[in-house]
Amino acid sequence: MSVTELRPRTPAETALVQLAESASTDEDARRAAIEALRREGLPHRRVEAWHYTDLRNLMGRRLGGDHLIEAVAAREFPQNETMLSPLVPGSTVVDLDAPERASAPDGVTIAATEDLADWHESPNHLDRPVDTVRLVNAAFGARAATIAVADMAEVAAPIELRSGIGLQSHAAVKVAVGHGAKAVFVERVEGGGSPAPSSLVSHLAIGDGAEVLWVVDQAKDFDAAHLGQLNVSVGANATFKLFVLNAGGALVRQEVHAVTAGEGSQIIMRGVNLLQKDQHVDVTTTLRHIHPGTTATETFRNVLMGGHGVFQGMIKVAREAQKTDAKMACNTLLLSEDGDFSAKPELEIFADDVQCGHGATAGEINGDHLFYLMSRGIPEPQAKALLVKAFVDEMVEELEIGEVLGEALTAKIDAWLDTNH
Amino acid sequence: MLEIKNLHARVADEGTEILKGVDLTVKDGEVAAIMGPNGSGKSTLSYILAGRDDYEVTEGDILYNGESILEMDPAERAASGVFLAFQYPLEIPGVATMTFLKTAMNAQRKARGEAELMTPDFMRRVKAAAAELKIDAEMLKRPLNVGFSGGEKKRAEILQMALLEPKLCVMDETDSGLDIDALKIVAGGVNALRGPERSFLVITHYQRLLDYIVPDTVHVLYKGKIIKSGTKDLALQLENEGYSQIIGEAA
Repeated sequence: MSVTELRPRTPAETALVQLAESASTDEDARRAAIEALRREGLPHRRVEAWHYTDLRNLMGRRLGGDHLIEAVAAREFPQNETMLSPLVPGSTVVDLDAPERASAPDGVTIAATEDLADWHESPNHLDRPVDTVRLVNAAFGARAATIAVADMAEVAAPIELRSGIGLQSHAAVKVAVGHGAKAVFVERVEGGGSPAPSSLVSHLAIGDGAEVLWVVDQAKDFDAAHLGQLNVSVGANATFKLFVLNAGGALVRQEVHAVTAGEGSQIIMRGVNLLQKDQHVDVTTTLRHIHPGTTATETFRNVLMGGHGVFQGMIKVAREAQKTDAKMACNTLLLSEDGDFSAKPELEIFADDVQCGHGATAGEINGDHLFYLMSRGIPEPQAKALLVKAFVDEMVEELEIGEVLGEALTAKIDAWLDTNH
Repeated sequence: MLEIKNLHARVADEGTEILKGVDLTVKDGEVAAIMGPNGSGKSTLSYILAGRDDYEVTEGDILYNGESILEMDPAERAASGVFLAFQYPLEIPGVATMTFLKTAMNAQRKARGEAELMTPDFMRRVKAAAAELKIDAEMLKRPLNVGFSGGEKKRAEILQMALLEPKLCVMDETDSGLDIDALKIVAGGVNALRGPERSFLVITHYQRLLDYIVPDTVHVLYKGKIIKSGTKDLALQLENEGYSQIIGEAA
């Protein structure tokens, strides 16, 4: 008798699989992903990579009711059809559900594919046999759009990537930036959601000597769930800058997995997580240095008015990756007793000539700073707001991304700070 | 201007009593110097005047223009005209100096029911005051005090003082960390602000500062009490004889 090890599925897991099936046009590739989802279920707290984000439990709270499938089928959840203006005026907007409609600028090719997003491989360094984010993405039928930037092309305007807004949004994109090229990409993750999560999986291959700035601008409605993943390989002497802004969503997991693809590559990651009551936001990153002489700096700053924040950061340095210089920091301002934050920085170093470091802090507003500002006549609430703003604005400044984009991001942060205090 | 009456205060956390009955009066337009050895309570007194909540007043009162300020928070005290020039001005990364100056000036104006400054007017005031103190524009573009040398920080304090136009200026060891040229610039800035309606409480270790900011009265603080008061000659006497002579007399 062949025994398949099957643990009982929770109602949420069953509901998620049913949702995936109900959205289905019948096709083999997707069926395999759905079967894998059925088999694997959702990760829970005993799975190391998901310890602080017990997806099975958290989805359980969202996908509880029996009426869910019918409700989703009947589209009872409001679709947010509002046309967004791009984060930066003049951007090339790419709807990942219909990428062929985008008008590609010079040096850029944008196409749709029929390929189901790849979920079999798990090169995401989380030591999981099957990657949950990709699996959900594929099971719900995400197709990988492709974007290619030609060698040496300098694309002036940002390319803004949008997944479908609202219900059942699952998108994937494969971006290749040629040698010596320069480009800016903005992942725009907005809108409402159903109790089931939306997902967006991006792959970015950066050619030698290229410079790429990638912005993840996540501001889902406060009832939405989202699973995001960005996979990056950074070519020799190439520069990868990343900014992650999480300013919404009820349940969010954003993963970033970066790996060097040549000597002298440079990775600069900054991020801001802004959390309000009842939110659960998880940023999980891995940096793999497998070539000599690469550098990385990674800093996330978090402001919590409530909710649960998670940061997991892993830096892996392979034996041959001598002269790696990698630094990681996670700083949290807890502005309410209702908020909590879990930070798990990890270093795994096999080379012997490296500089690596990590640090995590959590605390309240610095009392000395507050006193100094107040002693100049700035009332307490205003002084606190100034200090919170300074704390997160520094992340934008440190990235040195120019005035237009910098101000656009700062404005989004300020808008959140102005409405949440 | 200022009347400190039998002021007792302790560290709020641990209860150590630092001030043990300070009595001091500063008249309108007066420059009063407070001198004293390390640990006598000088900096504590300045923090308490500014309203720092790390200290707890257990007895006595502080009257500013006849009214107690003990219940006012630091911002309210500042808006009413109290200014503390810090011994160690804080570096605040991410807060632009100009944003800070404008926010502070307008917050005080708002608290006093005055109209907010428009940007051109604000810029003109900052430029004029900065020029007096030999503060260049590059310095003002940096985040507040970040990367400033000790002398630059002290000049930035005086710049803030000039722009905020306080009535009572408490200066905590403004001379510490200054070379003689910087000291002259800072003292010049202070002297320019002297007037019949503005009083100063100048806290210092050394008589040197008082060569440049000449006080009307000098008070010796020791173990949390004023043990001797006099004219500027008292500072010279302290410089020559040290504190031990006066402490001996008071004991």
